[in-house]
Amino acid sequence: MLSYILKRLLLTLPTLLMVALAVFFLIRLIPGDPALVMLGDAGDAASLAALRQDLGLDQPLPVQFILWVEHALRGDLGHSILTSEPVSVLIWQRFQLTAIVVLVAVSAATVIAVIAGLAAAWRRDTPLDLAVVGAASLVLAVPSFWLGLILLLVFGLKLGWLPVVGYVPFSESAVEAALFLVLPILTLTITESGVLTRMMRSSAIDVLRLEYVTHARAKGLSEFTVLSRHVFPNAFAPTLTLVGLILGHLLGGIAVIETVFTLPGLGRLMVDSILGRDYPVVQGCLLFTAVVYVAVNLVVDLCYPLFDPRVTAQ
Amino acid sequence: MKPSMLSGAKPNAVIGGLLVGGLLVVVLLGYVWTPYDPIAIDLAHPLAPPSWTHWFGSDEFGRDVLSRAMLGARISVTIALGVVAAAVIAGTLIGAIAGFLRGWVDRVIMSVNDAILAFPGMLLALALIAVLGSNRGSIILALSVAYLPSIVRVVRGAVLSIREREYVEASKVVGDGALYTMVRHVLPNALPPVVVLATSLFGWVVLSESALSFLGVGVPPPAPTWGNMLSAARPYMENASWLSVTPGVCIALTLLGVNLLGDALRDRLDPRRDA
Repeated sequence: MLSYILKRLLLTLPTLLMVALAVFFLIRLIPGDPALVMLGDAGDAASLAALRQDLGLDQPLPVQFILWVEHALRGDLGHSILTSEPVSVLIWQRFQLTAIVVLVAVSAATVIAVIAGLAAAWRRDTPLDLAVVGAASLVLAVPSFWLGLILLLVFGLKLGWLPVVGYVPFSESAVEAALFLVLPILTLTITESGVLTRMMRSSAIDVLRLEYVTHARAKGLSEFTVLSRHVFPNAFAPTLTLVGLILGHLLGGIAVIETVFTLPGLGRLMVDSILGRDYPVVQGCLLFTAVVYVAVNLVVDLCYPLFDPRVTAQ
Repeated sequence: MKPSMLSGAKPNAVIGGLLVGGLLVVVLLGYVWTPYDPIAIDLAHPLAPPSWTHWFGSDEFGRDVLSRAMLGARISVTIALGVVAAAVIAGTLIGAIAGFLRGWVDRVIMSVNDAILAFPGMLLALALIAVLGSNRGSIILALSVAYLPSIVRVVRGAVLSIREREYVEASKVVGDGALYTMVRHVLPNALPPVVVLATSLFGWVVLSESALSFLGVGVPPPAPTWGNMLSAARPYMENASWLSVTPGVCIALTLLGVNLLGDALRDRLDPRRDA
């Protein structure tokens, strides 16, 4: 077990290095002096010279890269061109909101997927199965931002049950903040449950065929015990991998949801910075999101043995 | 085992084929005829609800929604086809080289590939658009780069397994050159998984492009895409809900058709599925 964890941890190092290299070079692909790109139109000659010195632009590229990684490791990702706030502070403020929405929605979607997928696999080829598969396929085809708009139209504008535009931070009023988050979370939960349900159903079908399931039934265990103790743990691993991938993809895809519901999250920060050519923030967001993605996949892989002890044996 | 009514490919293939076929007809029709000029502004009739003159209504500038949705279909489909073609051609080439040459070439290609895969696709596309600017060319390039690694991975895997098969061995024994064996025997057999992946890819690209356009970093107005039509419809959601309905339904029907077709193809082409 320990060697599995160590091996998996070591494997992330080259990935992180590649991620850092990619982000570093991406910003240098923009034609022109990197210091000028990072300062925008706001910089005078003195601050330009200072930033050049700071980025080590008179040094060879590898030295620049090492300097940049050193800064990033200390949490120094530069300053926003538009607001001159430190990029790391901006990212951290926005990330908390995004993380709450994504984590709650993906957890809810996973619970729905496990129940619906197991039920559909258990009663395969019945109307129940057909309904689950049909609903999942339909959900898969609906873009999250459109579903969000429709829910906003129905629950916000027509029925008036929930607030439509804006956001109140949790620190000001937890109840109001939660009300603003209901629709975004509901939208994401519905959208993400489609693909997870299909995955859970198909792996549960594979497991239901195995002999130990027949054996468990022959022992006289109730169907509920068979499903929860024997089928679920063995069928859950692929769904868990997918949960990891979805968490990562949402870090990039959440921007559309945050746009629909005007939430000040990380995705919106990144898109606004792209539109405003605020490259230090773009670079910071990219690096931060990619590192979180690697970390999420690491955690998912480390959770694997909990469901499938065979993983550590390999 | 009893025959499964769900894994039976036929209804999937029929509905999916009809939806995708319908989309293509609309795109082709758009080249020769749209009810109105999709870009022409008619300030006398802004926000007209659906009627006999404007079937799907008109937008805030009096532009016909149906005409714009038709042109939007063309733009989305051309972008998606461009991305799928670029990603499949480049991905097959790179994946085949990696799987064919193996050794250090394979290791270098795959480590770069895995590094790209370490970024969520949408994030990578956003990053590239930040650098390249937002226009049709850079969207195609950005999405191709974002989706290329998955094709490389699939082709390399298929090539690695097929090159060990007996008929490939036989081709070598007969004295065929390595390149000939590769092109004649290995690649054609590696294609089925690529076809399945390319179908899903088409759907992902339509979705990603409309998401990028919705965010305002995709195809710039006045050219209509389903994404930027939805984005423009937001301020009028309460009083002109038809503006948000049409583009959304277009995206959803396209994705549904592509997904169903993809499932049907997978059932046919993937030998690992139940016989």
